Amino acid sequence: MIKQLAQRLLGPLTLVLLVLTFWLGLWVTPPDKIQGNLARLLYVHPAVAWVALYVSFGTAAVASALYLWKRTRSQVMDRIAHCAMEVSIVFIIVTLITGSIWGRPTWGVWWAWDARLTSTAILGLFELAYLALRRANDDPDLRARRSAVFAIIAAVNVPIIHFSVDWWNTLHQGATAFTENGNLLVHGIMLWTLFISLFAFTLLFFWLLRARYRLEVLRDEKYHASLDEALAQRRREGVH
Amino acid sequence: MIRIALLVAGKDLRIERRSRVLLWQVLPFGVTGLLLSGLALGPTQAGHSSAAPGLFYLVMLLVALLMINRSQVIEGSTGTKTSIATLGLDPAGVFLGKALALAVELWLTGAVLLAGSVLFLHTALSGTLSALPSVAVTLGALGAAGSLYGALSGGGQGPATLLPMLSLPAFAPLLIAGERSFSAALRHGSIWRWWVISLVALVAYLALGILLYGVLEES
Repeated sequence: MIKQLAQRLLGPLTLVLLVLTFWLGLWVTPPDKIQGNLARLLYVHPAVAWVALYVSFGTAAVASALYLWKRTRSQVMDRIAHCAMEVSIVFIIVTLITGSIWGRPTWGVWWAWDARLTSTAILGLFELAYLALRRANDDPDLRARRSAVFAIIAAVNVPIIHFSVDWWNTLHQGATAFTENGNLLVHGIMLWTLFISLFAFTLLFFWLLRARYRLEVLRDEKYHASLDEALAQRRREGVH
Repeated sequence: MIRIALLVAGKDLRIERRSRVLLWQVLPFGVTGLLLSGLALGPTQAGHSSAAPGLFYLVMLLVALLMINRSQVIEGSTGTKTSIATLGLDPAGVFLGKALALAVELWLTGAVLLAGSVLFLHTALSGTLSALPSVAVTLGALGAAGSLYGALSGGGQGPATLLPMLSLPAFAPLLIAGERSFSAALRHGSIWRWWVISLVALVAYLALGILLYGVLEES
């Protein structure tokens, strides 16, 4: 009952929070002292990057690990990993685009050979490779196993991206909301908008993941139904 | 595990020695790549050794792709997989053996291409020699990673574009670390900071391969 209610509310709640984020970000919050209105992009970019790097890729990596563990091995885990990775690609692309839009007026270029930018782009390439690997294998079990191993290896890239701004002296700024000691850098309505945007885009990911998962189930059902139909037809031909 | 690794590595290296693919196909390809890189830079830029470390690793990556594919084709040939499965060889040992054989081939090719970079791209001999520890570790990591990605791509039986797609993003950190430490060696700076990154990558790929190679080879 509660699960069904949560599933029904997921879409509308996501929509409401996204509208709230855009309203707060565009109209209510003040412009930044130094960056002016450009800072409003930060209500989108960090949230999208958070989903792309940690939530969606994390979901795919955990589901892949659970698939490889024999006790929890199931088609459900493979589907979750696949769908999360597909949704993650969308978020990675949006992260790179919003980053470029912010980078042009700030750094003077659309693209910089910055550690975080480059490692995020490499993560996107990993995700595209993951999809290519899935397409290259017809056997469902082999496909699931290879994809799961690849997702786990690719997950090694995530800590590199996270710490890249600390390890290398690059253009990309460090932590936005908190200092290294955990003290707040953003306050008031700007902080609230940042948190709401994080929550809204996280919910958007789960909403998209659920929709993509259902699509995958339907596609599998259709495939099996057409296979059964083809077999039945061959049997009918054999009888006549 | 070590005994199996040495057996597999010995088998792969014997096949390479007898077929002479490394000598007559891979090395000429690498040297051609290095020469073409010099041509692409133009006569004025080609003399500047600052681009040499990057070009060396770029050519090594391309050469590594050929070698990885070849290493997996050997393993995928008729009867080999069945024999390994029937003998019950430890997959971790098989992985280590393949990684070792690939690393040895990469070291040999790397030595020739380093000599080529001194000759064609005018890198200083002393700087090039002091980069050797970092080149050895980076190419070792490339061998370990390549063996893992080779198995993932289906052992030479998958589409030809799959291996580069899977492995090149993973090779990027190795390319960066290798290039940085080689450049530092040419400037007589410290190579160790980037060398540690290559070493961590080597250990990580060996650990992942030992843990996961068996899963890939499950029938």
